[in-house]
Amino acid sequence: MGLTITEKILAAHAGVPSVRPGEIIDCRVDFVFANDITAPLAIQEFEKMGVARVFDPDRVAFVLDHYVPNKDIASANQCKITREFVRRHALPHFYDIGRAGIAHVLLAEEGFVGPGDVFIGADSHTCNHGALGAFATGVGSSDLAAAMALGRLWLRVPETVRYEFRGRLRPWVTGKDLILAVIGRIGVDGARYGAMEFAGETLRDLTMDERFSITNMAIEAGAKNGIMEPDERTLEWITPRARRPFTVVRSDPDAAYADVRTIDAGALEPVVAAPASPGNVVPVREAAGVRVDQCFIGTCTNGRIEDLRTAARILAGRTVHRDTRLLVIPATPAIYRQAMAEGLIQIFLEAGAAVSTSTCGPCIGGHMGVLAEGEVCVSTSSRNFVGRMGHKTAQVYLANAAVAAATAVTGHLTHPADVMGALVGA
Amino acid sequence: MVVRGAAHVVGHHIDTDVIIPARYLVTAEPAALAAHVFEDLDPSLRARLAPGDVLVAGENFGQGSSREHAPIAIKAAGIAAVVAISFARIFYRNAFNVGLPLLECREAHAGVREGDVLEVDFAAGTIRNITRGGALYQGQPIPAFMQRLVDAGGIVPYVRAQLGSR
Repeated sequence: MGLTITEKILAAHAGVPSVRPGEIIDCRVDFVFANDITAPLAIQEFEKMGVARVFDPDRVAFVLDHYVPNKDIASANQCKITREFVRRHALPHFYDIGRAGIAHVLLAEEGFVGPGDVFIGADSHTCNHGALGAFATGVGSSDLAAAMALGRLWLRVPETVRYEFRGRLRPWVTGKDLILAVIGRIGVDGARYGAMEFAGETLRDLTMDERFSITNMAIEAGAKNGIMEPDERTLEWITPRARRPFTVVRSDPDAAYADVRTIDAGALEPVVAAPASPGNVVPVREAAGVRVDQCFIGTCTNGRIEDLRTAARILAGRTVHRDTRLLVIPATPAIYRQAMAEGLIQIFLEAGAAVSTSTCGPCIGGHMGVLAEGEVCVSTSSRNFVGRMGHKTAQVYLANAAVAAATAVTGHLTHPADVMGALVGA
Repeated sequence: MVVRGAAHVVGHHIDTDVIIPARYLVTAEPAALAAHVFEDLDPSLRARLAPGDVLVAGENFGQGSSREHAPIAIKAAGIAAVVAISFARIFYRNAFNVGLPLLECREAHAGVREGDVLEVDFAAGTIRNITRGGALYQGQPIPAFMQRLVDAGGIVPYVRAQLGSR
């Protein structure tokens, strides 16, 4: 019996010919990182381990992305702990304000992860990198500290379910809608402990930006990792960026899947995850009309250049509704610069949006756009739990960037075609 | 190991945002985190928790973020063990790493009421409901590998041992 891409990558890193789901393996890791919330705890535990140095300074990164620019003294102190550790250990891959972006987008952009890698991050959305054909998973701070010390981590081999997308996407339907539709179908624990392998003809037409937003949200179904087999588009994207040689790994034709599920992607309409669960998924049209106080376009899920281009197409020559606020946060400085060069930032500002430096801030209800009691937000982020973006009575609808932009224009939850006209394709 | 304490019952899919909202993640100090545990789920829950109490949850407890602050906050609020039908995977690892023991049990959630006194036996994987005539709920004993981590004293001594054996 053959192996899935996830099993092959794990076996190669455990130094064994084969692994089986459920098996516990001691696995070599290619790269590890932590952010400003998870790093201080990881550093504290690392120092208790009695290790003089990290396993390989070239394979460790710290990215300050959550409470940056620091919102108060406490968050500034957290960043300071991380900065001091980086200096003490002379670590080369440190991203501070100005150079930092949202870690998952930034670290992929910077070429720290490639096909075939095992990539571990102290942040649950680390599964993002599976779009490159890597095994990537999030862990807590203590596990990250262990990986920093040993260059290895124990892992339970996940069983794999393959999701095959069929058909061509309709206008305004994106990768975000595909993953939301899957989570809506299987539930927030529908892939718990498992690997989600995404495949099928629909993916071939998707840009890497859209693919990342699919694997990024595997955690929202409880998965250990989301992954895609690399294709020509993957290699075109990663080859100029990769900092290390990489290995293209594909699933065997006779790989053993726990299940194979087919999704008729061509039949999908843009969807939203209504409050307060990413699994509460309905077509935009069913939720249309809800009055919205804030729209937010950004995050590791949908703060990439494609998202900003889509939003700008809708916002060009239009203005944000007077009773609605629009926040746009490019995920990294490179995306910000690209958006500037393409004139997108100008469009956002002319429409009446607020554009900010890269930060996770609003997505976690941390800063830079916290919601008041009873407010409603349409967000391109990945989580809409109670209290996630602010007050516990605030309500968050998760959507793609086109839905968020169209909603900002009308002030109520809106299908993009209702702003742009039904015949204009995405 | 046996834990005996009063039960606090919560629902399904309890996420790390309601365990400890990210707005408080500007520190990793256990007492500061414990002060806000479950604040957005039930503002009165924190005050009802006493040292040694047991949290009883439904499916997928701890879903969402990788914040280790979540089990730290629960433990620092006095909870000695969490029993759930199932756990989200990052939370599961984190809880053992910070010394908060977990037990998977399908039956307990339906049988236990708020305030029932429970006796959780981790070796046997059982929960006895003292308040309800000693009703016994059979759970899954901690997997052998996790038990070795617990026996080693947690992830820090485990790493020290790994480094020592090189």
